[in-house]
Amino acid sequence: MSRLIRLTKGYDIKIKGAPVGKLDSSFSAKTFSVKPVDFHGLSPIPKLFVSEQTEVKAGDPLFYDKSDERIHYCSPVSGEVVAIHRAEKRAIDEVVILADSDIRYRTWEPADPNTLTREAIIERMLESGAWLFLRQRPYDVVASPDEAPKAIFISGFDSSPLAPDMAMVMEGKEEAFQTGIRILSKLTSGKIHLSLSARQRPPKVFDTVQGVEIHWFDGPHPTGNVGVQIHHIDPVNKGEVVWHIHPEDVANLATLFTKGIYSPERTVAVAGPMVSKPHYVKTLQGACIEGLVSNNLISDHVRCISGNVLTGRTVASNGHLGFFDHLVTVIEEGDHAELLGWLFPSYARPTRSMAYWAYANEAPDGYAVTTSMHGEERAFVMSGQYEQVLPMDIYPVHLLKAIMARDFDLMEGLGIYEVTEEDFALCEFVCTSKIDVQEILREGLDYMRSQN
Amino acid sequence: MDPLKPIRNSVGKKLWKQVEELEPSFKKDGMLHSLHSTFDAFKTFLFVPPTVTSKGAHIRDAIDLKRTMFLVIIAMIPALLHGIFNVGHLHYVANGMYPHFFDGFGPKLVYGLIHVLPIVIVSYVVGLGIEFAFAQFRGHPVNEGFLVSGMLIPLVMPPDIPLWMVALATAFSVIIVKEAFGGTGMNILNVALTARVFIFFAYPTYISGDQVWIAGLPESPDAFSGATVLGVWAKQGYDAMSHVGFSTVSQQVGYTPMDMFLGFIPGSIGETSKLAILLGAVFLIWTGIGSWRIMLSVFVGAFLMGLILNAAALGFDLSNPHLAVPAYYHLLAGGLAFGAVFMATDPVTATQTTTGKYIYGLLVGMISILIRVLNPAYPEGVMLAILFMNVFAPLIDHMVIQSNIKRRLARG
Repeated sequence: MSRLIRLTKGYDIKIKGAPVGKLDSSFSAKTFSVKPVDFHGLSPIPKLFVSEQTEVKAGDPLFYDKSDERIHYCSPVSGEVVAIHRAEKRAIDEVVILADSDIRYRTWEPADPNTLTREAIIERMLESGAWLFLRQRPYDVVASPDEAPKAIFISGFDSSPLAPDMAMVMEGKEEAFQTGIRILSKLTSGKIHLSLSARQRPPKVFDTVQGVEIHWFDGPHPTGNVGVQIHHIDPVNKGEVVWHIHPEDVANLATLFTKGIYSPERTVAVAGPMVSKPHYVKTLQGACIEGLVSNNLISDHVRCISGNVLTGRTVASNGHLGFFDHLVTVIEEGDHAELLGWLFPSYARPTRSMAYWAYANEAPDGYAVTTSMHGEERAFVMSGQYEQVLPMDIYPVHLLKAIMARDFDLMEGLGIYEVTEEDFALCEFVCTSKIDVQEILREGLDYMRSQN
Repeated sequence: MDPLKPIRNSVGKKLWKQVEELEPSFKKDGMLHSLHSTFDAFKTFLFVPPTVTSKGAHIRDAIDLKRTMFLVIIAMIPALLHGIFNVGHLHYVANGMYPHFFDGFGPKLVYGLIHVLPIVIVSYVVGLGIEFAFAQFRGHPVNEGFLVSGMLIPLVMPPDIPLWMVALATAFSVIIVKEAFGGTGMNILNVALTARVFIFFAYPTYISGDQVWIAGLPESPDAFSGATVLGVWAKQGYDAMSHVGFSTVSQQVGYTPMDMFLGFIPGSIGETSKLAILLGAVFLIWTGIGSWRIMLSVFVGAFLMGLILNAAALGFDLSNPHLAVPAYYHLLAGGLAFGAVFMATDPVTATQTTTGKYIYGLLVGMISILIRVLNPAYPEGVMLAILFMNVFAPLIDHMVIQSNIKRRLARG
């Protein structure tokens, strides 16, 4: 059974340099890394298993969270740990591994998931690092192995700006995806929900898949966000827990059981207005992006982002992909003053409002966006603006004010358990007053988590 | 990168260099540090600063508060221009000259400018002066909110209002109603309407009655009056409007609904032309800055209340002639349109939730007409209705929010 959920609120930011064309199979990254900062709820100083120069195999643990020692954060490749970058107060920024040319794997017995118990599946996922594929709502943190989620959600499409095409990502992974679904079904007594976009023909892989409930969504970004989908399919109430996982990780999960190895594959797009040749590559989690962007940029005054322009993280041009990212976006730094820019802007830029009517319908192939703030931070003045881009029955401004006031009951009442930064990212984009919405929301989520 | 790269013209480059050179003297140890907020306000007016995103979304919408406020001012320009012309037009007509619209266009315009521009200037100088001082004192940047309030204040004043009164009312409003509550975005009452209500209660004879709505009336006060449409309705009933309007030296001029729409009637400077206000409304709605929900529901509320009062007039033989005014006449009279489009939609003092906006607008409209018709002392109710609903806006939002919370609880 499937139904169509039509959402009208939201905004598709059209940006130049969408990923196109074929996979570049010649790409191979030299270094890979795992970054604690990618995992919400992980304490900033995890306990290291390795030090510099330690040799590791793919699937060997690099560090673990002190609050739950069972969850291992593992190396995506085999090789030598070449650097452990530390931030302030000895927090760990990233653990970098120089990859061998032929990956050696830590191996597990190949097993038919149907014959394994839930406990055995969880145990293998925990020790191999594959557990991290699962994320939990509320709070959008690493799932807890002690919880039984009421359902597991998979978003079958990405609506964010310049998102890689899911058909490209999932090409050739039909069988693995189906196996992965079988494994997931062991983890929950509830349903597995798969959401598809009604706007384009979904990738083949989802046509024949068994054991999931399919939901069709139609609407602009953030319709593809799993949080928005959960809200409309089976919302998270107080005390409930759901998990979500990316389709490619469902396939990766299958590899752990069918082949007995941890191989966190990532199909990655490099895109954006500053990229000469947007394209796709197949690599592994945490790959160095240098090979993607070197000799592939129009200018050198750019910002490389692991992820999309709304929620991604800035990385150096020789930095590494984030754990969950399938996209490297490169845009121009907008650090220039603009004479009377609020009156006569000097180049086209996206806007959700009609305040710059000349730009509302411009740029058929997308805008050459920059990192400019386009104004200064001000007090909350406008109303109704965030609501236009948040297709959920939630009052975003009131929720944010409740967070600022640390009003526990009000935050709970207004639905903080149902949202995470990516759901509010467009609110931040459209904000006239240039308020850092995602940061405020994360403070609220961390506060609620510490109180519960 | 060179911060000047996109500034292609040489004037821009020279200006930026000038500004950069001036900047140190406004820094912490500079001679002019006590004016740093003012400097910052002018600098950011001239140049959108080269700030880049550092957390959260890497790209931001083109819109900012400067642009927003600027567009609201653009929306008020038709009402302002009409107001300027109408002040001159009515003055000459009342004095028996240039009875037709295009007669004496130049003198009418000049007369209007002489009366209206000083009010605009006083409002901006006093209001912005206080805002700059508070920004300096608090170490905040200057918010752009007063750019709109400073234009709204002249538009809701009678043309002959003494300038010191405008100054006093503006100062009261900005200090007590806005800055005391924390500045832009924090005020509970609409700043411009508070300035008006201050004069209304402190100096009522300057802002009510039959004598103040036409600038420079002839010096024969007994014989002479320049009543607003509402003034006529309150005293003589609406059918008297066609022949008892305002008196000129030679005759009585009546008002037609078309006069009311086009705005060739006495009233506050910006409120008379519904056509000009409509242009502003279309612009605000088209740019997405003004809330059409509030505007629409104010008119719906006013119309509904007009109908209710019409029914009351049929059912009971009441002595109030105002009751029988056809409901749609109310939409064209007084400050209802101006209030609905420019005052009730103030995002800071109105309700913020979508449902709340409908309720708020509806109540503003209904209470406006209720006060207008049933209050014996003063024939207009829009100003008081909006201020009243400003106070209740947080309560309406609270109720909407509570129902969202209950819905969420019921689901679990």
